[in-house]
Amino acid sequence: MDPTRLPDIDQSYARPRSIGEALSLLATGDWTVLAGGTDFFPGLRDRPVTAPILDVTAIDGLRGIRCDGAYWRIGALTCWSDIIAADLPPAFQALQQAAREVGSVQIQNRATVAGNLCNASPAADGVPPLMALDAKVVVTSQAGSRQLAVDAFVLGNRKTALAPGEIVTEILVPKSTSRGISSFVKLGARRYMVISIAMAAARIATDAQGCITAAAISVGACSAVARRLRGLEDRLIGQPATPATLALATAGDVAGLSPIDDSRAPAAYRLGAAAELVRRALSGCLPDLTPVLSADTPSEESGR
Amino acid sequence: MKIEFQVNGKAVNVDIAPTARLTALLRDVLDLKGTKVGCDAGDCGACSVIVDGAICCGCLVAVGQLDGAKVTTIEGLGNTAAGARLADAFLRHGAAQCGICTPAMMVSAAVLLDQSARPSRRDVEGALGGVLCRCTGYRKIVDAVLDASADDENSAPALTPQRRAAVGHRLARLDGLAKVNGTEVFGADYVPDGAALVRVVRSPHAHARFTIGDLRAFKGDHSGIEVILTAADIPGHNLHGVIAPFADQPVLAETVARFVGEAIAIIAGAPNCVTGLDLSAFPVTWEPLEPLQSPAAACDDQAPRLHAGRPGNILVEGHVERGDITRGFAEAAHIVEGKFTTPYVEHAYIEPEAGYARRIGERIEVHACTQAPHMDREALALILGVETEAVRVVPSACGGGFGSKIDLTLEPFIALAAWHLDRPAYIVFTRGESMRASTKRHPSEICARVGCDASGRVTAMDFDGVFNTGAYASWGPTVANRVPIHACGPYFIPHYRAHSQAVHTNGPTAGAFRGFGVPQAAIAQESLFHDLAETLGMDQLEFRLTNALDNQQPTVTGQVFAEGVGIKACLEALRPAWRRESAAAREHGHVADGSTTRRGIGIGTCWYGCGNTSLSNPSTIRIGLTATGQIVLHQGATDIGQGSTTVISQIVADALGIGIEALDLVGSDTDLTPDAGKTSASRQTVVSGTAALRAGEALRGMILRQGNAGSDAEITLANGTLSLCEDGIARVIELANLETNPHGYVLEAEETYDPPTTPLDDRGQGQPYSVYGYGAQIAVVSVDMLLGTVKLERLIAAHDVGRAINPLLVEGQIQGGIAQGIGLALMEEYIPGKTENLHDYLIPTFGDVPEIESIIVEVPDPRGPRGAKGLGEHVLIPTAPAILNAIRDATGARIRQVPATPARVRAAIEEAWEND
Repeated sequence: MDPTRLPDIDQSYARPRSIGEALSLLATGDWTVLAGGTDFFPGLRDRPVTAPILDVTAIDGLRGIRCDGAYWRIGALTCWSDIIAADLPPAFQALQQAAREVGSVQIQNRATVAGNLCNASPAADGVPPLMALDAKVVVTSQAGSRQLAVDAFVLGNRKTALAPGEIVTEILVPKSTSRGISSFVKLGARRYMVISIAMAAARIATDAQGCITAAAISVGACSAVARRLRGLEDRLIGQPATPATLALATAGDVAGLSPIDDSRAPAAYRLGAAAELVRRALSGCLPDLTPVLSADTPSEESGR
Repeated sequence: MKIEFQVNGKAVNVDIAPTARLTALLRDVLDLKGTKVGCDAGDCGACSVIVDGAICCGCLVAVGQLDGAKVTTIEGLGNTAAGARLADAFLRHGAAQCGICTPAMMVSAAVLLDQSARPSRRDVEGALGGVLCRCTGYRKIVDAVLDASADDENSAPALTPQRRAAVGHRLARLDGLAKVNGTEVFGADYVPDGAALVRVVRSPHAHARFTIGDLRAFKGDHSGIEVILTAADIPGHNLHGVIAPFADQPVLAETVARFVGEAIAIIAGAPNCVTGLDLSAFPVTWEPLEPLQSPAAACDDQAPRLHAGRPGNILVEGHVERGDITRGFAEAAHIVEGKFTTPYVEHAYIEPEAGYARRIGERIEVHACTQAPHMDREALALILGVETEAVRVVPSACGGGFGSKIDLTLEPFIALAAWHLDRPAYIVFTRGESMRASTKRHPSEICARVGCDASGRVTAMDFDGVFNTGAYASWGPTVANRVPIHACGPYFIPHYRAHSQAVHTNGPTAGAFRGFGVPQAAIAQESLFHDLAETLGMDQLEFRLTNALDNQQPTVTGQVFAEGVGIKACLEALRPAWRRESAAAREHGHVADGSTTRRGIGIGTCWYGCGNTSLSNPSTIRIGLTATGQIVLHQGATDIGQGSTTVISQIVADALGIGIEALDLVGSDTDLTPDAGKTSASRQTVVSGTAALRAGEALRGMILRQGNAGSDAEITLANGTLSLCEDGIARVIELANLETNPHGYVLEAEETYDPPTTPLDDRGQGQPYSVYGYGAQIAVVSVDMLLGTVKLERLIAAHDVGRAINPLLVEGQIQGGIAQGIGLALMEEYIPGKTENLHDYLIPTFGDVPEIESIIVEVPDPRGPRGAKGLGEHVLIPTAPAILNAIRDATGARIRQVPATPARVRAAIEEAWEND
């Protein structure tokens, strides 16, 4: 054994068991919150940990998905594998498809849904599906809790509405917006472990006649924070949910996005791709069409 | 903080910083080195371990989170039935090459097998998709996991080759066991007790003058620092370079840094202090200078010169000319031309550079992951100012090299620190440091023109390639010299002119990377051949067959081979697949039923000279027989995963006429093994293999002479006795009566082979290589016309290896080379300062390498051992052009800049539509 090869660190670390304990610690100091660690450790690059760490992973009752009266409740420590494994209504299909695209199985087993929001990456895979569900982020401090819509919580690239002393405790999906079926498509330059060039999530609910009664469409990695396409949503209401409806998604619907040029793709390409991804996400919500870029379509070669 | 948890079923109770990573606890405290660290960021998965039943990256788990957890590592897997089945299957399938990712693959597979008794191929890809492999191309790993999940009776048992039949046998690699049970010792896996940790201070600027400040004060402020070394502290020459006449790189820059990541100082001391040092506080003042960003900028008359004596910043130019291209183009009925661009490409081996050194009296020993121990030894002797004999280099297992670990990187730093401190010193590069400091594939800008007559015979080719060689020479001269020889591809071209330049910039140093510039050149040549055949309306495969080089035809350097030219055989071997896939592509070729994808197929080919270009590159192999009847093979060819240890042993076993299990292997170690040259240039099978063949035959002759036996006598080694059997009569040779030589052998054979080559004249005419290998590949792609994404459906590869010494390893090389070719074609681009990690720099994952059909072609070459030719680099060359041609076939779009990212493919499709 040679502990002398590990860095000498004089550092504060706390791993509270209860939310109350965590909040009282948070109220007293400038802590960095650690959960799944999948953004925290890479963010260190080659530096050692020096900030005081509040490790929230031992807090009781923050992991898991449950349904009560008005909401589906996703605890802040719920990891992406939990989302994949959960028995959820079809409106959550986009979120489950996105969960399979977060890093790798290794990452999905540790990374939390709440952490994906707190990290506030423009390319966060979880954000567009949560937006399409009209999810609310529950933020708690000793002063109490407040609920924020996803786009009121994620404010910009690496920027959130979290105030000192606050942590995310829960993500709420209203029953009223978890109707219908949703779909997620991600565009990247390789199959696994890839940062999105662009992505889209769509959720459609229809009435008995097959007419669209609710539509929620969001695009990620094409603006600092993923954006809902409200104009397109409004135009879809009342339309029949058929392939012809797809043609309603046009370049004009994504014109308001503000993608960047980077090593992954130029902005103009992202815009063009975004419109196509929206059409494919929509097609994934229609019963008779499968999206071309579905997350993980079942294999035709299940045997050997 | 006290942490209690279980590792592999054993209770662990440690007092440790709670934010330490699990990998640090496993490796540095518990000495469980089977879990590897490739990136410390969750991007490569090499650190995969099982925590409470779930696979995760050990580098992303804070040990404080482990209280009460159950952790399983590769070391614990061996005790399980699934672990044993996986280890066996990985060995038999050749699923481990270098082995650095193998523990993570196996641990991930074990979780899958625990959850799913009969997983599908797709299930395996998904479950293992978080682990990167740079060697295998993944297919054999999938095969191994499926095999391990199958009923025992269905799996193919491993077979031991019959006597005199080791060559040609699908032998599992001889060094495989340690790779599948996690005990292999890579560069970072052994650190002597009490060793000092070395860290390197590097330039954040591409070009800057610098002044080092008050080192004494810095040292005083940081207890634990024992020594800080700068250029002034180097006892010998502060200079190195893999090609001596071009040596231009300081170990530690003196006053000017010429690329981002160039080393200016090293700090060594107590690991617990040095590891946490904030190097940005190092006392140095930078004065940034205007960097030369591109060869065009560097060639400008006003541009500063990076090195004295290199006007225009041109390191070297290569030239080959044959016939008269003016006449050749005048004879052409069709001419096509194009400009092609390729970027810096990173080797991205999963093992960052690591190793340790120790001083023993007036000698220094360096243990590190290297491809070239004898070259390192000579270079280190010059740097330390000692005799060559005072340096011992012992390569650790090498977790992938692909050319970059030929150059010195970490070796001088640990040697200098150990020399100064007179105690062991070690270093482990971080991923970012590895990417900043190591060499890259040369970016290229190629303009080429090819003409053919109306019947489809190529009449002329003109080629100009500018290669960005970065800050220092490295292997730039080799790239510049190799490219004009190979830019024609494996074709007969009567009128030919090819010129290349290697130009210095302030980019990363470009060096050796599987193919030495030839993959870049092949993109231009094969794209233009495709376009010519298209212009003619001629079948792509038949066009290539029409022009394929044949025996008795001169190459572009005027070399004529009487036999062994195998490109026609490769193309003919592909014909059935080509016809089948052509028909299928035509069927899928149109947008139908709302589908936005189109299918296409393309061909790429290669030829590649094995060994150094027109330069001596000898290998020496020694085999000894001890008085107790042991046969010891001293084999200095470094096995970096490609399999040279196994291949050379197979050759030796058959040459001696003994079972391969009778060989005791020693090496590689510069104290114990003669120089078998560097592992590069696809030379080990051909050059070291020939030396091994001759040494084996020589020792056999000596043994037979001891018993006056005829050449057909059978040699038997059993229980320390050697006997010769001839015509049913066995005779025992009394070895104990023979005199023992200084190496400890009663009989010893040592043979050297240096392939015969001649220098090229000023028109590039001569015999640069004694042996070439050949290959051709077909890519089948589906292109999403709206998004520009390319899905590879299938690759079919036919490679002429002369004689497949080990077909299992040949397939491994083909699949692994293709995976790197896929990366070159579709996703890899190294941008200094931007892609210095494995999530911004993308290499293919499990889901990016399709089914690969390998066709092994054997056109023997009398100059190779048992007819064998090299293979390691050939396999990468045809892939990218085959893919680009398939994209062209599918879409009409011609990609002239790789990687063919979705954005570039989409833009090319739009351009093709506009020109339609």
